[in-house]
Amino acid sequence: MNRRRLVLGIASAILLATGPLSAAEPIKIGSFLSVTGPASFLGDPEKRTLELYVEKINAAGGVLGRKIALVIYDDGGDANNARTFATRLVESDKVVAVVGGTTTATTMAAIPVFEDAQIPFISLAGGIEIVEPVKPFTFKTPHTDKMACEKIFEDVKKRGFSRVGMISSTAGFGASMRNQCLKVAPERGIQIVADERYAPGDTDTTPQLNKIKASGAEVIVNADFGQGPAIVTRNVRQLGLELPLYQSHGVASKSFIDLAGPAAEGVRLPAAAMLVAEQLPEGDPQKKVVLDYKTTYESTQKQPVSTFGGHAYDGLMLLVQAIQRAGTTDGVKVRDALRATKGFIGTGGVVNMSPTDHMGLDLSAFRMLEIRNGTWQLLY
Amino acid sequence: MAELVQLLFAGLTTGAVYALVALGFTLIFQASEVVNFAQGEFVMLGGMVTVFAFKAGLPLPLAAALAIAVAVTTGLLLHRLAIEPAKGATVVTLIIVTIGASILIRGIAQIVFDKQFHALPAFTGDEPLRLLGAAILPQSLWVLGGAAAIVFGLWLFMERTLLGKAVRATAANRLAAELVGIDTRIVLALAFAVSAAIGAVGGILVTPITLTSYAVGTILALKGFAAAMLGGIGNPVGAVLGGLVLGLLEAFAAGRISSTYKDGVAFLVILLVLLVMPQGLLGRRAVERV
Repeated sequence: MNRRRLVLGIASAILLATGPLSAAEPIKIGSFLSVTGPASFLGDPEKRTLELYVEKINAAGGVLGRKIALVIYDDGGDANNARTFATRLVESDKVVAVVGGTTTATTMAAIPVFEDAQIPFISLAGGIEIVEPVKPFTFKTPHTDKMACEKIFEDVKKRGFSRVGMISSTAGFGASMRNQCLKVAPERGIQIVADERYAPGDTDTTPQLNKIKASGAEVIVNADFGQGPAIVTRNVRQLGLELPLYQSHGVASKSFIDLAGPAAEGVRLPAAAMLVAEQLPEGDPQKKVVLDYKTTYESTQKQPVSTFGGHAYDGLMLLVQAIQRAGTTDGVKVRDALRATKGFIGTGGVVNMSPTDHMGLDLSAFRMLEIRNGTWQLLY
Repeated sequence: MAELVQLLFAGLTTGAVYALVALGFTLIFQASEVVNFAQGEFVMLGGMVTVFAFKAGLPLPLAAALAIAVAVTTGLLLHRLAIEPAKGATVVTLIIVTIGASILIRGIAQIVFDKQFHALPAFTGDEPLRLLGAAILPQSLWVLGGAAAIVFGLWLFMERTLLGKAVRATAANRLAAELVGIDTRIVLALAFAVSAAIGAVGGILVTPITLTSYAVGTILALKGFAAAMLGGIGNPVGAVLGGLVLGLLEAFAAGRISSTYKDGVAFLVILLVLLVMPQGLLGRRAVERV
């Protein structure tokens, strides 16, 4: 006991003596992710990515000469938990910025907390309502569902079709993307002839698809992530519907192909460059970033890369570069630096932020892919 | 016509799974008046263990057998470690114990397996059969046939074997059963084992169609419970009927009315049953003897 006190005493004496020199206190960055629960396949790679890259940044000397200390909470996909953890990050952990929020629901629940505390918050969720209207301290890295709709409709028109049958999940992502698709459809010359829904966890969508079949739709667009799209894809093939099927960027992981099996052949989807890193043409600005991340992730985590982890990578890097440019961890100054981001090349695309655009991506960030022979094929 | 047949089969396939879960509820309820909310986890275990054993290289029938064994063991452990020690507690307490157990099983499955969704190959191919213009998966027939075989097997067991009669006797009057020398503890353990096996078989049959993950048990337990209520809790025939009716209601609600409110159907059914006919379709009226 005494000896321990002595050691402690000496240690604190040294700390005091060396003073501000070693007082390079770590920069606390907070995160709340849905590591478990229904969105765990998003949250899990995000957590791994944050931990992996914070370690790398620290090994390389940290930011502003200080190490990064990462505080991660698992909200289990529950918006109430997310809000509780957001408060904890602000009040007890006193983080300087936050990279997290796996789903749109958890993000929306946490935004007021960070806005009140004037702490920059980079969300990893897809919903457009996160950055529209712009909130002073809230940013996001993934493409929005609105962009996904626009990309899909662009492709539908290119193939000479215009009548679309929508089938979407009633859960957050599906519901939000459905609304965006319905909104942008008229602008793109698309007619939504069927608008079917199913609940998360539903295991059969043939009744809904039957209605779409009867509606005279020329293509089917499915807005959802997780197992729902795999079920829809299997059901479409089961019913022998010959209509082209579009999925959203929500299915952009290899597990979708595994789950949907041969039924996934010919399915098209908009997705980030990550999925087709090797297929990107040599001159593509994203090629190096995407390949680097993919190699690093796959070699350390022993599991295939997903775009979701990439969103976390982009968020962390955007933040770290902004802190570096700001030269401080002051919330307002870091926010200003984030807003001034220009030409940042991330896994999700080239980011050009502005005071009116807290995402900074355009349609070029989405690639149109088709599933062929059990793998992704880059179309354009 | 084609659409009707399609909806009919969609409803029957989903309904068959609800029926198996409801049957599991019924068995345990009969033997103990406990509503076992861990029933859905047996379905999950059936699917998940099969998926992982199959991926590890076991042939499908062996993987399925292993899954049933794991589920039965879990059922017996649940009885031995959670229900048995709480003997004498009120039924409500026991029900809460089963809810706790279901959370525990889900948590363990999440650690032992993973959090992703998984599929199994269909037993006899993916090429849909054409029937009156509708497309029916061969696996749907497996589900329907499997469910029918289970119901028939269970009926044989209950009606034709001494052990089955002991279960029925316990269900009818526990005290009297004990007086004539039936070990009701064994009967209850048996009910858990059989319920677990039925759930697991359901999980195995349905996974090629519906996919599975560690979390599929919760919603199945709720739907199965609604089915059991609809059929009249405690009545095996009612459970099967309730499951099929609920599946059909959902399919036709989604196909004909609005898919948005499809999930509401099950819960609307619970409410209506509770309000209008608490004894369910085939249940006995609960009579308080004075």
